[in-house]
Amino acid sequence: MINYAMVIDTTACIGCGDCVVACKNENHVPAGLNRDWVVEETRGEYPHLHTEFRSERCNHCGHATCVTNCPTGASQYWKDTNIVLVAAEKCTGCKACIAACPYDARLIMHPQGYIDKCTFCHHRLEHGLDPACVSTCPTGCMYFGILNDPDSQISRLLRSRTHKTLLPETGNIPNVYYLV
Amino acid sequence: MVEELLVTARYNAKVDPSLAIWSWEIPVYLFLGGLTAGIMCFAAYAVLARKAADMPFTHDRFALWAPVVLSVGMTALFLDLEHKLYVFRFYTSFEPASPMSWGAWILVLVYPLMVLQTLSTLRRGYPALAGWIEQLPFGSAALDQSERFRTPVATLVIPLAVGLGIYTGVLLSAFSARPFWNTGLLGPLFLVSGLSTAGALALIGARLDCEKHFFTRTDITLIGIELTLIALLIINLATGAAQQQEAVHLILGGDYTVPFWLWFVLPGLLVPVVLETFELRGICRFSLAASLLVLYGGFMLRYLTVELGQVSTWTDYAIQFDPQLLLRLTN
Repeated sequence: MINYAMVIDTTACIGCGDCVVACKNENHVPAGLNRDWVVEETRGEYPHLHTEFRSERCNHCGHATCVTNCPTGASQYWKDTNIVLVAAEKCTGCKACIAACPYDARLIMHPQGYIDKCTFCHHRLEHGLDPACVSTCPTGCMYFGILNDPDSQISRLLRSRTHKTLLPETGNIPNVYYLV
Repeated sequence: MVEELLVTARYNAKVDPSLAIWSWEIPVYLFLGGLTAGIMCFAAYAVLARKAADMPFTHDRFALWAPVVLSVGMTALFLDLEHKLYVFRFYTSFEPASPMSWGAWILVLVYPLMVLQTLSTLRRGYPALAGWIEQLPFGSAALDQSERFRTPVATLVIPLAVGLGIYTGVLLSAFSARPFWNTGLLGPLFLVSGLSTAGALALIGARLDCEKHFFTRTDITLIGIELTLIALLIINLATGAAQQQEAVHLILGGDYTVPFWLWFVLPGLLVPVVLETFELRGICRFSLAASLLVLYGGFMLRYLTVELGQVSTWTDYAIQFDPQLLLRLTN
């Protein structure tokens, strides 16, 4: 199995939102809906505050509860990878996958009604391209690659830098890493 | 201090600002599913225990309500789907890890048994309807066969109906992403509540005092078990992980304290149990009030549980931009 992962350097991210715009353009996401978004997290007490920008999306979990809870098999892994996709022609719009996602990373496609989400731009991967958000990032703080290839750029980054994932305690095994 | 702000526009319908994917339709379905399970169980019990004389309503007239009630529930479930034309996809695969898939297939087993159970009661319970069915091709044969197999069908109905009742709770408890739902107690709680609401419905239909007494006694016991399960659920969540503690705080001082205790537990469980006790002791006459309150309580349990699960969450971002600007774009 190929384990794709995204690595985002929060120390280089300026929260510009270009990744969000790139995704909307690449994937024709309707107005008002978003597959990715940027969070600004501030911790501490004034004047000792620490701010972090995080570009967030579906974590393409290794143990994706949206896949296990889908009653029709519409929510599924793409080929032999950890990329989670929704097959619109199998989706009833029951929303079980939305309830099952601890990251609230899914949306109801308007006006059709099937459930939609980040695809890690798998259509671009087939042509050897990075996801649109990664390609667009003006600060170059986003990286994409194969986690179970020890020589990939993301594997080397994760070996050399302190990093975290979001809500690993859910047991979902998220595959978007943040360098801190 | 930790403050997490969404700094780019995200206002996904029914996901932001907090999850609201399931409105009235799913609570109605869960309530009517539980009620169906209860009706089937009591109707089957009356047959297996040979209570035709003591419990004529339950023995001969109650079963018909199960397909009616479940069909209304299934309509509500259908109305909830966002991609309605693809509803048939529930039956093009079986996903063993998905409780909803189990539920869809359990209904395939429940419906024919429920129809057989109903047909077997029609000649005695609803002779006019039986007469109409007898005029249909094979109608008379269908009634004959259903009556012949009445006892084995009743035997099969009980485990399947219990499965249906538990399923309505497991459906929610399988969502580990929603801390309020993520407790194994929802299955038994919804089953017991389903039996209790079915008992209340039977009280409305029953005419004989001995039948009313049976359901009043049974309902008091079931409400007692329900209260115990609610107490266990609260203990379970209050002693759980941080997210579960936050979730249970919603009903222990948080935003849902008044709806939970004053709109559900008091009028839906405590008042009817007191009324039923008075009725049983002859302090007051049997009235509709206790039954209607139990039915109301059964619905409120589902309604509030569905709400509480959706507002209890792992992620809670404050939205910084003005969502009205987005709404202007989409309208």
